[in-house]
Amino acid sequence: METMEQILGQQAFFADFPAAFVKLIAGCARNHHFKAGEYLIREGDPADRFYLVRQGRVALEITAPARAPIIATTLGEGEIVGVSWLIPPYRAEFDARAMEPVRAIGMNATCLRGKCEADHHLGYEMMKRFLPVMVKRLHATRLQILDVYGQR
Amino acid sequence: MGTEVLKDPFVPEIYRVESVRRELADAVTLELAPVSGKRPDFRPGQFNMLYAFGVGEVAISMSVSAHEGPGFVHTVRNAGAVSGALARLEPGSTLGVRGPFGTGWPVAEAEGRDVLIVAGGLGLAPLRPAIQEVLAHRERFGRVTILVGCRSPSEILYQHDLEQWKQRLDVNVEVTVDHAGTDWHGNVGFVTTLIPRSPFDPANVVAMVCGPEVMMRFAATGLQKGGVPASSIYLSMERNMKCAIGLCGHCQFGPAFICKDGPVLPLDRIAGLLTVQEV
Repeated sequence: METMEQILGQQAFFADFPAAFVKLIAGCARNHHFKAGEYLIREGDPADRFYLVRQGRVALEITAPARAPIIATTLGEGEIVGVSWLIPPYRAEFDARAMEPVRAIGMNATCLRGKCEADHHLGYEMMKRFLPVMVKRLHATRLQILDVYGQR
Repeated sequence: MGTEVLKDPFVPEIYRVESVRRELADAVTLELAPVSGKRPDFRPGQFNMLYAFGVGEVAISMSVSAHEGPGFVHTVRNAGAVSGALARLEPGSTLGVRGPFGTGWPVAEAEGRDVLIVAGGLGLAPLRPAIQEVLAHRERFGRVTILVGCRSPSEILYQHDLEQWKQRLDVNVEVTVDHAGTDWHGNVGFVTTLIPRSPFDPANVVAMVCGPEVMMRFAATGLQKGGVPASSIYLSMERNMKCAIGLCGHCQFGPAFICKDGPVLPLDRIAGLLTVQEV
């Protein structure tokens, strides 16, 4: 049976992550399974966990009063669900719903923040991986709201 | 495959509308047959100048491969006076056709390599003939991936074809929309987000990209970030075309004329121009 350390080491997100750090964060991680329709994260909840999707697809949703929820984006294998754990006040800003059965590695964010605070080299390695995720999503969102397929 | 040479490229041939299929609220597909003679041969990616009598001409790419039928098939969006007149044509009515013109998708050059199709909105129309030819000779190509982006689930072009392609085990098809409610079970996000998730060898892929120019620009950037050389990325450019044979200069794009040197151009030839305003 694979250890969490081995599983983490196989993820593209942790490519080139120093082995000592993989070992360090493995203690904050565990496997999760979600049925289709289950929520990984609910808006407003404490951002005490983020997920690395191993299989399946997750919808990030926004709800508005008197309107049906809107899907802001969908995330799949190898992608991160939840970045609010990095930013105070550490509250989730979207719902994350499993669109199909999802297998994911869940990271205890409180545990990980503590380790990052204690070892800033680890914190920097994590930041180097999360910052591109956030920039790519910001960029993709800009293109979405440009509505490029509409008539000019 | 050669292109028949027209005696006078300025004289349109008369074609009859055989059928009209509504694709989207503002787009129809016209199936055209020559009133006399034979339809000329053409390559995927080429275009015709369609003449709505008394209104004007507009450049529209072929949207079905030459091998799929005896006529021309064009998908037209009602975006102006001429395209609006074309979109209102009914079966039995006639129009003028000049063409085929321009360069085509590098289908033959892609043999032995992976093929990546990236389409945005109505950009799937000029790519469909290339897809049809690749799938007709599937064994000649490596992995084939078709990525399609559009505004919303109700604006997905050629849903029937996409469903058929998805059912094949030898093609990877992904559709994404910019906006969707929770009743949509597919991807949501800009089409460029699908590129890193797609299976292809960046060193041995031919990417064919068509859609709004801003979408093509960012798709090209995404492909290059993924290691695809500019010489393997092809874009179908759109400019206002008039003569269609490189004489009038209306469609000039830097040193190239889109009608004659394009519309399909490799990125390494035009990369520097894509971010220049007013070109």
